[in-house]
Amino acid sequence: MTVVRISDDALAIACGADDVADAFAKAGCSVERVSSWGMQWLEPLAEIDGMGFGPLEASDIARVLDGTSAKAIGRIEEHPFIAKQQRFTFARAGKTRPLSLDDYAVNGGWQGLAKAREIGGQATIAQVTESGLRGRGGAGFPAGIKWTTVANALADQKYIVCNADEGDSATFADRMVMEGDPFMLIEGMAIAGLAVGASKGYVYIRSEYPHAIAKMEAAVRASAHIVTPFVAEVRVGAGAYVCGEETSLLNSLEGKRGEVRAKPPLPALEGLFGKPTVVNNVLTLAAVPWIMANGAAAYAAVGFGRSKGTMPIQLAGNVKHGGLFEIGFGVTLGELVMTIGGGTESGRPVRAVQVGGPLGAYHPPAEFHLPFDYEAFAANDGLIGHAGLTVFDDTADMSAQARFAMNFCAVESCGKCTPCRIGSTRGVELIDRIRARSGRAADKVETLPQMHNARRAPRSLGDEIALLEDLCETMKFGSLCALGGFTPYPVLSALRHWPEDFGA
Amino acid sequence: MERLEQIIASHAGREGPLLPILHDVQAEWGHVSEDAIRAIASALNLSRADVHGVVSFYHDFHEAPEPHAVVKLCRAEACQARGVEALVAALPDYPRVKVEAIYCLGLCSVGPNAMIGSKVHARLDAGKLGALMETLA
Ligand SMILES: Cc1cc2nc3c(=O)[nH]c(=O)nc-3n(C[C@H](O)[C@H](O)[C@H](O)COP(=O)(O)O)c2cc1C
Ligand code: SF4
Ligand code: FES
Repeated sequence: MTVVRISDDALAIACGADDVADAFAKAGCSVERVSSWGMQWLEPLAEIDGMGFGPLEASDIARVLDGTSAKAIGRIEEHPFIAKQQRFTFARAGKTRPLSLDDYAVNGGWQGLAKAREIGGQATIAQVTESGLRGRGGAGFPAGIKWTTVANALADQKYIVCNADEGDSATFADRMVMEGDPFMLIEGMAIAGLAVGASKGYVYIRSEYPHAIAKMEAAVRASAHIVTPFVAEVRVGAGAYVCGEETSLLNSLEGKRGEVRAKPPLPALEGLFGKPTVVNNVLTLAAVPWIMANGAAAYAAVGFGRSKGTMPIQLAGNVKHGGLFEIGFGVTLGELVMTIGGGTESGRPVRAVQVGGPLGAYHPPAEFHLPFDYEAFAANDGLIGHAGLTVFDDTADMSAQARFAMNFCAVESCGKCTPCRIGSTRGVELIDRIRARSGRAADKVETLPQMHNARRAPRSLGDEIALLEDLCETMKFGSLCALGGFTPYPVLSALRHWPEDFGA
Repeated sequence: MERLEQIIASHAGREGPLLPILHDVQAEWGHVSEDAIRAIASALNLSRADVHGVVSFYHDFHEAPEPHAVVKLCRAEACQARGVEALVAALPDYPRVKVEAIYCLGLCSVGPNAMIGSKVHARLDAGKLGALMETLA
């Protein structure tokens, strides 16, 4: 019988994978639901004897089965999008059934945990430290240092908290780990627990990810006997972007409003319920089993400068070959967008690429030489964040994007500090006034003369722009967390590189 | 009320049970009523203001029922780059369907995307989105 492998991740399903799977089953094939290869522009993608077909609709399958389909893409493993990658974290992607303990064990699963059990907590932390692994959630803080702090803290109870809030636009690698290889994340958490002396772990998943929640809950149940005495539990967020911030996430887990806590104390010392807590991103924890199984040196051998190992990069927006591309740090932005991503899907020129989600800067093609690396982006007024890339073509209106960034901050602010809570709303007003002068979206602009505190003479455009820059500085330096502190990145980068969209 | 007590009891012994309880209540009745807030507060030994503060902080929880079917349409950057704003401008008006903004469903290379209940829909255009709304109207 013909065996057909089709992903059951949320993206494949949203693109119609269930219908395609049903059609193959009705045609007498044996259908296996596996994780996704990450070639998302080809979803739903079917694999038969290693050969790929996509993007499929149910009506395509007769031709797939009789060998005349125009949607054949050849051997999947040899496809350039796959062959060019260095897959550590996503080594099993596309190959295993997500909830099969057998598939996981046969393909290298639990080897890292076995190693950690063999060498003990201290040596495990040493491995993670030597690997150079930095937090993948955005800030890039060394995982080994965080773990050492928690390990050295004295307490009756410690926690591992996996940050699976993944609220940034253009990011989906956490989701793909949870939906495609959930045991890997549980193994990473169990290793972290062993290393620092934490018996309990929480995975905090955003409510926008119902498929990931279901898979993780099933995986936690199925693997409980393997990771014991470590106990993992899934918790569901409630639709607040700021709950991705680690202290806000802890408040949310405790059942409080997701307001950011001032640091210090660090969560490593006083975290969940006041106990020492490791808070790490999904990709950070998911990298650990590989590091333990293959050794710190093998991981650190890949990368660029102080950015060691691989990064699962997420190509999204108006891009021809959108999907997940894991590779060592150091690949240039231009290679990612133009060569790997194939440029825009619309076929029009690229105008801007936002890197790092709603708090990340917009980069023009003139910056395509930038190597993908924490320091290189920071030195260029940008950030790599969770490594999501959003490609825009030349129809993008960059002052509208700046307005969106400010408004997003206003909608999602936790409200704790003034520069963010008030500044973001003032920022939206300012950008609206600036846009109105260039004839854009005038309907959204308040008419100043009716305001009791309005100026007699309107400011000049130059003054308005200077005011916006000033406001951004205040938000940057006066905000308690990166929501208010980094919103200036998309705003100022749009203003700097595309002044014409602000009428300047 | 009996069902509410069941829900609260099913989370007894959990650390930080408030959000899981609120999720179950919201799923059962489509909102978190004044009565539910009172009962939850008393069961968890919190003030009603505390529980109200939490309910009102999170976008997922509502204190009043939503009479319409809800389509959560992603309006975040990657879906913008793929034309969601043009789609919004051309949205047909179905009186019994509410289109709500959501920020990212993690399907950012195949947008514009939407979620209805827990079902996700990708590569939407005016025709596909209109057809989805029609099924709810
Ligand atoms: C507004 C805001 C949102 C954030 N969202 C996330 C998120 O969704 N996922 C994540 O892992 N980190 C997020 N972070 C970063 C976390 O605060 C924290 O740095 C991270 O979870 C630490 O884990 P790591 O060291 O493994 O990266 C966010 C930070 C801010 C300020
Ligand atoms: S910057 Fe904004 S989100 Fe962060 S603590 Fe201040 S008000 Fe809250
Ligand atoms: S931006 Fe719309 S799904 Fe991510």
